[in-house]
Amino acid sequence: MSTTIEPVVQSHKQTTKIPSATIRFAGDSGDGMQITGDQFTRTTALLGNDIATFPDYPAEIRAPKGTLAGVSAFQVHFSSEDIFTPGDQLDALVVMNPAALKTNLSDLRKGGILICNSDGFEKKDLELAGETENPLNSQVLEDQYQLFKVPMNKIVEIALKELKAAGMSTKEIDRCKNFFALGLVYWLYGRDMDATIRFLQAKFGNKPQIIEANTKALQAGWNYGETTDAFVSNYKIDPAHLPPGKYRDINGNQAMAWGLMTAAKLSDKELFLGSYPITPASDILHELAKFKNMGVRTFQAEDEIAAITSAIGAAYGGAMAITTSSGPGIALKGEAIGLAVMLEIPLLIINIQRGGPSTGLPTKTEQADLFQAIVGRNGECPLPVIAARGPGDCFYVAQEAWRISTRFMCPVMILSDGYIANGSEPWLIPSMKDLRKIPVTHAPEQIDGSKFLPYKRDEYLSRPWAIPGTKGLMHRIGGLEKQDVTGNVNYEPDNHQHMTNTRAQKVENVALEIGPQEVEGPESGDVLVLSWGGTYGACRTAVEACQGQGLKVAHAHLRWLNPFPSNLGDVLKNYKKVLIPELNMGQLRTFIRSKYLVDAIGFNKVKGRPFAIAELIAEIKRVLPK
Amino acid sequence: MANDIAPALTSADFASDQDVRWCPGCGDYSILAQMKKVMPQLGIPREKIVFISGIGCSSRFPYYMNTYGMHSIHGRAPAIATGLKCVRPDLQVWVVTGDGDGLSIGGNHFLHLMRRNVDLKILLFNNRIYGLTKGQYSPTSPLGKINKSAPMGVIDNPLNPLSVAIGAEATFVARSIDVNIKHLGEVLKRAAEHKGTAFVEIYQNCNIFNDGAFDYATDKVSKFDTTVELEHGKPLIFGKNKNKGIRLNGTEPEVVELGKGISEDDLLFHDEKAPEPTLAYLLSRMRHPEFPEPIGVFRAVDHPKYDVELNKQVETAREKKGPGDLDALFNSGETWTVG
Repeated sequence: MSTTIEPVVQSHKQTTKIPSATIRFAGDSGDGMQITGDQFTRTTALLGNDIATFPDYPAEIRAPKGTLAGVSAFQVHFSSEDIFTPGDQLDALVVMNPAALKTNLSDLRKGGILICNSDGFEKKDLELAGETENPLNSQVLEDQYQLFKVPMNKIVEIALKELKAAGMSTKEIDRCKNFFALGLVYWLYGRDMDATIRFLQAKFGNKPQIIEANTKALQAGWNYGETTDAFVSNYKIDPAHLPPGKYRDINGNQAMAWGLMTAAKLSDKELFLGSYPITPASDILHELAKFKNMGVRTFQAEDEIAAITSAIGAAYGGAMAITTSSGPGIALKGEAIGLAVMLEIPLLIINIQRGGPSTGLPTKTEQADLFQAIVGRNGECPLPVIAARGPGDCFYVAQEAWRISTRFMCPVMILSDGYIANGSEPWLIPSMKDLRKIPVTHAPEQIDGSKFLPYKRDEYLSRPWAIPGTKGLMHRIGGLEKQDVTGNVNYEPDNHQHMTNTRAQKVENVALEIGPQEVEGPESGDVLVLSWGGTYGACRTAVEACQGQGLKVAHAHLRWLNPFPSNLGDVLKNYKKVLIPELNMGQLRTFIRSKYLVDAIGFNKVKGRPFAIAELIAEIKRVLPK
Repeated sequence: MANDIAPALTSADFASDQDVRWCPGCGDYSILAQMKKVMPQLGIPREKIVFISGIGCSSRFPYYMNTYGMHSIHGRAPAIATGLKCVRPDLQVWVVTGDGDGLSIGGNHFLHLMRRNVDLKILLFNNRIYGLTKGQYSPTSPLGKINKSAPMGVIDNPLNPLSVAIGAEATFVARSIDVNIKHLGEVLKRAAEHKGTAFVEIYQNCNIFNDGAFDYATDKVSKFDTTVELEHGKPLIFGKNKNKGIRLNGTEPEVVELGKGISEDDLLFHDEKAPEPTLAYLLSRMRHPEFPEPIGVFRAVDHPKYDVELNKQVETAREKKGPGDLDALFNSGETWTVG
């Protein structure tokens, strides 16, 4: 359903206009904070604000109730301006219990709004969070923040007493308190409730009591803000000046799935996904599994290795083949990636990075699989690597990767991360007719009896994609070294050197197709911030802030990590300092330093969290030449 | 059409231009020869046939067939073949593997191939040893076997490939022997014709690292007492003079002599189409020297095939929802307009 932007629900109270706000819902992992945040995001997107979100949740499905480890949070940054990150400091924080308060309070700016469900601060809740005193009674909170103690459980119970009389359980009623909190925040930021009510109706169509209960709780939250003396003012944020067009809200994994389906359509291929569930990549499998009518075949394999090898089989058969995983799964796929490199067949390998090593921080973000992507295999085994910079970009990255994979007949690795995958933003809806076709050809049948040469190369060094079922092309391929042109097994020293060189040159040739590196800001100056992947938004915002202060700082964001754009070396030399912020210990920096002999400076963090803009600004200023 | 081309093809048409590089005397030669002989009888054009293998001596097989082929990575051929068959149900796909490749490193994929019943054929060349890596014990090496990696003898209880396949719900299970060429040819043909995963264990002699492992079953004299040929609907009779049989004593098989009050009617009758795998399992447990080892088709039943069902779902979804429109998908749900 399409909405044009209309005035939001007006409060009778005083309304203050602000340019942007960052809010966070935090509670127990059973409190429904993700759904609350998601609803706030949708509603806010419909109002035309620019948005960026950051869901943050524990790895356990239901971590021990009320504990610090079980806190689940959802952050939304929304603005009347163009924004690129989910925000640093919070303007408002909603907490459902002491554990959520304890783990999130430090992110709330002084003077910010702090809404606490005071019913969640009973003696037992305090004990679970390791508190002896109730923090809500402390004068410090009152002094430093706009503290609102709201007995949400009690209010919801009263609001739903008729439903209770009709047989609804206390537990079910209690579970509606997140919608009360949502309603209150809707009032606070002048959002209307229609989209959420429509969501409830669609989701719980056959459970009218649940719809009614949550709708009433939502309304009760809104009314509470409107009528309670405690809240004297609410806020208004104008629609953002985004490029004109029709928008929707999209997260990274959804955009990736849609981008893959689009690439299949643009190349006139049917899509095969071989995948094994893993956080945070599984949602791509879930999304694609819905679209069998579009010729999408998803195969939930028995393990990661079967996931990629089934995709290799499908690619050999002529399909658009994909495998999706996260770092630990990519590790298992390593040998098969090598096979795909030797076979020289198109294949997309998608890594939604998470914190590592090993199982690491499965639900937290990191960009520490760059080494793994570029060199993490046995033998000389190069392949092109592309990284998405944000949720909506995943849609385009998927298409570009497939274009390169089919043009060069080689597997391509796509890097995304948990932050991009789960984060959402407004997405300017494209039209299929405006998207570039991806021409794919297969070797034609040979009926004259001539010998087919499976490794005969074109001007890009790409070999023909000859698929079984084609007359006259019968040939055998495999992981053993190939003789160039014939594809026969060959162990000759010079041939191995030649094939190694050829496979490397083929990947280098990708640079001919990807265009030069662009820079935002002055063409030369004091500092170049070089970034890749999901840190794009934070780096761009930080650099713009520095530029606004008159500093000679520029930003270059790498989309292709292998190969690098052909002019990158020249770009780097135009700045006195090169700063490479990464959510790893310096992986891109290592490649840049070794390849270009540039004394790049790293800014590195592995805390399972994205960069804050403020810390990047501080670092840029720190490295400025004196 | 397939049948128009088939008569023109001969065994020689299926030989590739590559030199066969197995050790002289290897049992693989015999299997290759039988495969090339069976192929023209199937009436399938060469370009519609694909051989996929993993790693090991057996896995060089695809290079020697003039069809499509892929020599892949250790143990993973079943998964590669599954992906291929899912997108190309028009192809006939064969997997060639060995006891190490298929049951050890590839054990997981082996199980899942069986239970999914993907419509492809898998041949397990069982020589009870690792040949390509020069003589380590394999998952089918017998207890106590002395070899390079078990100088004091194997202490790993061996797997019985047929029992594993049957346990994993395989719909076609058979066994043959490399040198029993007529039998092998027939079994390969039956496998080719089966709809669903066809699993064939082939006793194969590695004359370098495990020579004579199956002498009991191939020796001109002893084979009549050490093997029993399975025929659907027929009693289990064996022996040079067809004078011995297998009878069920409760749920246990026993060897009996015919005559002396025991007639054919008292014997166990083979039923390869039994819906329950109980009989096939029981037969797979009969091991030398207590019993003659059955060769032939243990089980051949019809069950839904993964690749067929997957493609059916695609068709059903298309019928119900239409071919799908990406523009409509992009514009679905909540949208808003700027400017």
